[in-house]
Amino acid sequence: MSVAVATTGTPLRRLGNLLYRRPNLYLLMLLIPPLLWFGAIYLGSLLNLLWQGFYTFDDFSMTVTPELTLVNFAALFNPANFDIILRTLSMAVAVSLASAALAFPIAWYMARYTTGRTKAFFYIAVMMPMWASYIVKTYAWTLLLAKGGVAQWFVQRLHLEGLLQLLLDIPGVGGSTLSTSHLGRFLVFVYIWLPFMILPIQASLERLPPSLLQASADLGAKPRQTFMQVVLPLAVPGIAAGSIFTFSLTLGDFIVPQLVGPPGYFIGSMVYAQQGAIGNMPMAAAFTLVPIVLIAVYLSIVKRLGAFDAL
Amino acid sequence: MHSDRASWGLRLAAWGGLVFLHFPILIILLYAFNTEDAAFSFPPKGLTWKWFSVALARPDVLQAITLSLQVACLATLIALILGTLAAAALYRRSFFGKQAISLMLILPIALPGIITGIALLSAFKRLGVEPGLFTIVVGHATFCVVIVYNNVIARLRRTSQSLIEASMDLGADGWQTFLYIILPNLGSALLAGGMLAFALSFDEIIVTTFTAGNERTLPIWLLNQLSRPRDVPVTNVVAMLVMLVTMLPILGAYYLTRGGESVAGSGK
Repeated sequence: MSVAVATTGTPLRRLGNLLYRRPNLYLLMLLIPPLLWFGAIYLGSLLNLLWQGFYTFDDFSMTVTPELTLVNFAALFNPANFDIILRTLSMAVAVSLASAALAFPIAWYMARYTTGRTKAFFYIAVMMPMWASYIVKTYAWTLLLAKGGVAQWFVQRLHLEGLLQLLLDIPGVGGSTLSTSHLGRFLVFVYIWLPFMILPIQASLERLPPSLLQASADLGAKPRQTFMQVVLPLAVPGIAAGSIFTFSLTLGDFIVPQLVGPPGYFIGSMVYAQQGAIGNMPMAAAFTLVPIVLIAVYLSIVKRLGAFDAL
Repeated sequence: MHSDRASWGLRLAAWGGLVFLHFPILIILLYAFNTEDAAFSFPPKGLTWKWFSVALARPDVLQAITLSLQVACLATLIALILGTLAAAALYRRSFFGKQAISLMLILPIALPGIITGIALLSAFKRLGVEPGLFTIVVGHATFCVVIVYNNVIARLRRTSQSLIEASMDLGADGWQTFLYIILPNLGSALLAGGMLAFALSFDEIIVTTFTAGNERTLPIWLLNQLSRPRDVPVTNVVAMLVMLVTMLPILGAYYLTRGGESVAGSGK
């Protein structure tokens, strides 16, 4: 009977029945459009980019010739380029650590002490700044940190000028003003990526059964011991998952370093300058390999910490 | 540990954290109404609505808004189609290469945007494609797919398979089942995913910098304003508008996907 229906129905119906009886064909038809898009456009472009890293750039004529060379990749280890990599990497690590420290109390409070409406409120209150426009958030910070801006007003009101000057005088951290200091850039990065850290930690703490904490207390552990030996180890996957975002997003950024902080390239701004102003696409392509490798290494580390189960 | 009340320190840290997250946003809202036209001084001397009409009369602002809306709509449409197809293919059956496909979908947002941007740029150059609306949309659609995919696959996993079987048993063909059973079930997930993809595309700047050529989307217009601080009040107003367009879809997506384990915005 169903066969009869299948052969006499509308074309649409026949197609539907055919696909139902041939699940592999159905799967193939579903997969072809996304696979074509991602395979041809995305992976194709990525491979093309890496391939260009082997091309030769002539400094005198400023032209690219398709002669294969390893010079670009070797140049990554120049002291100047290595400096850029190190500067970016240390910022990414510092931002990840600070975000984790700031995010933890918020996530802990959300997971343990809020229910129902308050939890939903906190959830939205973390999510909205996370999705709010990146460029506008950065702009807001240039307003905050500017001379005569909000930050300065607060510092003056609280009479903290001395303390701020002390911070700005520390080499490697400070700078001449807040908006041209490493400290300012660090603040902006932490602000922008903080929500990406809060949510995974909150999710991992949410799964922590309260009975575990009671058991720990019953067995005589002080709150601090419970925290160090029960809560923190179980939150590590969440922290690691959050740090994937803070780490990789800081590593590739070129807008914040351009707008806030002292001069000096980041990996992202170097790539941007190489392909744009300098026109050295092969060097830019070679430089993009740096964040890819660093992120791959980082992912293999955090994978051991269970980060992927907490994503 | 004491269980029912948080200590003062913790409460302060948690609420303080929220204030930290929202303070810069409030500053943007405040400065859009600032009467001064050249300074960042705080607190503002006075508040006014007049910059809104000034900003919305500027042809460059209007052009940027139009372009951004066009890009976001087209990218969202492509992302909806590709993301739903991928989710439908991957949610139940396991087959060779399934992990690789889901990794490939995530890659455009897992890798820094600068890599996606420059890769697309070099590919467009090689193929001789002129940068413009088309290239911007291609870039945006690529990283928006995963947002739709995440929302739809979460919903599909929660949709009971027996509903589909029941529909088939009652004589519906595949198309009818799709139209009357699957699609209504997916509806709000598609809407939520679409809204988030729209917000993501509307705000994107890093990939866009590379694929836009001479075109200016709204975020690029904003960035150009920042390096040349000429008309601060107009910039402030546009900043506020962009902020609202990107924040409000979160509320909508949250209410549409509420009650499930799926988290609408969890993977920006």
